[in-house]
Amino acid sequence: MIPLSHYLVVSAVLFAIGAAGVFLRRNLITILLSIEIMLNAVNLSFVAFGRQFGNLDGQIIVFFVMTVAAAEAAVGLAIVIGLYRHRESLNPDAFASLKW
Amino acid sequence: MPETLIFWGLSGMAILASALVIGQRNPMYSVLMLIASFGALAGLYIQLDAPFVAVAQIIIYAGAIMVLFLFVVMLLNAPQEDAADWDRTHPLRQRGVMRFGALLALLLVLQLTWALLRVNGVDVPVAAQGDPDAVGSVRALGRILFTDYVFAFEATSILILVAMVGAVVLARREGDR
Amino acid sequence: MDLRFLIQLAIIGFTFFMLINASALLVLAERKIMGFMQQRYGPYLVGPHGLLQPLADILKLLMKEELRPKGADKWLFTLAPILSVTAAFAAFATVPWGAETTLFGLLDEPVSLGVADINVGVLVVFAITSMGVYGIVLAGWSSNSKYSLFGGLRAAAQMISYELSYATALSAVILLAGSLSLREVVDGQAGTWLGFIPRWYVFLQPVGFIIYMIAGVAETNRAPFDFPEAEQELVAGYNTEYSSVRFALFPQAEYINMTTMSAVATDLYLGGWHGPFLPPEYGWIWFLVKIGAILFTYIWVRWTLPRYRYDQLMQFGWKWLFPASVLNLIVTAALVLYLNA
Repeated sequence: MIPLSHYLVVSAVLFAIGAAGVFLRRNLITILLSIEIMLNAVNLSFVAFGRQFGNLDGQIIVFFVMTVAAAEAAVGLAIVIGLYRHRESLNPDAFASLKW
Repeated sequence: MPETLIFWGLSGMAILASALVIGQRNPMYSVLMLIASFGALAGLYIQLDAPFVAVAQIIIYAGAIMVLFLFVVMLLNAPQEDAADWDRTHPLRQRGVMRFGALLALLLVLQLTWALLRVNGVDVPVAAQGDPDAVGSVRALGRILFTDYVFAFEATSILILVAMVGAVVLARREGDR
Repeated sequence: MDLRFLIQLAIIGFTFFMLINASALLVLAERKIMGFMQQRYGPYLVGPHGLLQPLADILKLLMKEELRPKGADKWLFTLAPILSVTAAFAAFATVPWGAETTLFGLLDEPVSLGVADINVGVLVVFAITSMGVYGIVLAGWSSNSKYSLFGGLRAAAQMISYELSYATALSAVILLAGSLSLREVVDGQAGTWLGFIPRWYVFLQPVGFIIYMIAGVAETNRAPFDFPEAEQELVAGYNTEYSSVRFALFPQAEYINMTTMSAVATDLYLGGWHGPFLPPEYGWIWFLVKIGAILFTYIWVRWTLPRYRYDQLMQFGWKWLFPASVLNLIVTAALVLYLNA
């Protein structure tokens, strides 16, 4: 049997990888992908804890997190498309000034 | 024993794939690596007796969201040399800052691990408490979803509608119908 | 190694082998049936009445030169057909094709005929077929050619649009059956009404069956929804730049997807392996007959109907088929509640 701590460490490492991706990458799409990694890490924690305490609340929360992540990815990508059409660049530093 | 092997194999694959997602220069490869990571996570969910969540992960994340990402990457076709130029000249990309950033990420891992391991009873094997047959059944999940969490369920459906409308409006060109 | 484990391995190998044979047979069947519909004989020279034609086709494809366009992405160009065919084979893993049998007394306990019986089997089939999109879209992208790119994008958009109607039609059957496991769905269709009408869900869900078949045809990129690989308009769509083995994997994936759709349709709507005259151990014969009928319908529809234009295809999928399938689900749910209360 695998102790709960192992699942939590995996979740922590995945979350940190996602956070590093958001901070260190200079490409809008990769930043969105790193956000998805972070959400997945959190999902893993939820399911592991839910299994530990023997009820289904963990899986329900994961269900909602997945739905919200889908909605956020859709809107985020629409925004990225709009930004790219305007500036022809996917680098977030190209949008650093408040001027459109 | 095979359980431990499967766990280490799947988590190793998930972590390696995620590290490659943020390490790749080509966004197309990043998307594919993320799909692999999702597959590994689905395997971990199956090991945690959550078959519905595992299949939902494949259907929603790997089957729908990643297709959306793939479409956007393909249609935008942002040239990679652009990013490389920025990367070389941008101050954040100099050696010292990158190493500091990686160090901060490592610090984040250590802090999160320390915080999570302080939870009570965290050394007990998963599935030691509670009724092992109650969790994981789709019937039970559906029942709870429609009784205890029905408000969140309905609110989520409105959220998806708003997101759909928003995405269509935001991605329209000016002058379209 | 005990006998049961070995026999389960043998069943897995047998299923894989029969799937490959199915794709080979479909190559022949398509050309023969097309020929007969066009009042000619079809392939006739290789073997008696052209029966060895698939062998000739496969040998020819294996011996062609392996080409790769210069600008094509090296890894993705090879990965795309592998993804397509892997998803196609894997989707058949959760489909049961026969009743539980003791293999004429060889085993103590019956073994179920099918690779795996998962309690969320229907969802797994859906999940893996939705992974098949990646093979096509990556093939279109990595070929670095405008025909391929358009074909790949169109195919992917079409597949994800018709997945919705597919899933909603599936959900209506799940409501009737009360379980997500395919084996239990089939077992719920045993028996007859009035002694001679079998209890198949197609009689309870005729609209759902039609929606499922249309969505299945669109999912596998077959005519009349095969605009992405339309020979007249797009050269060959997403597989324009492919040759030899990499090319051969694409039609094989398509035929195996067809077989999987037919198998799932048989399990969900047509009663699986239940049939009138044979004892349950031979139920797989009925399964083969039903799959054969549905595959014949696939080929029949392809060579009879003209092709939908792409915007007509998308309009049909979103404006007609999806609302119809949602309505079907609502009506089914209302009737189940009303008749069970």
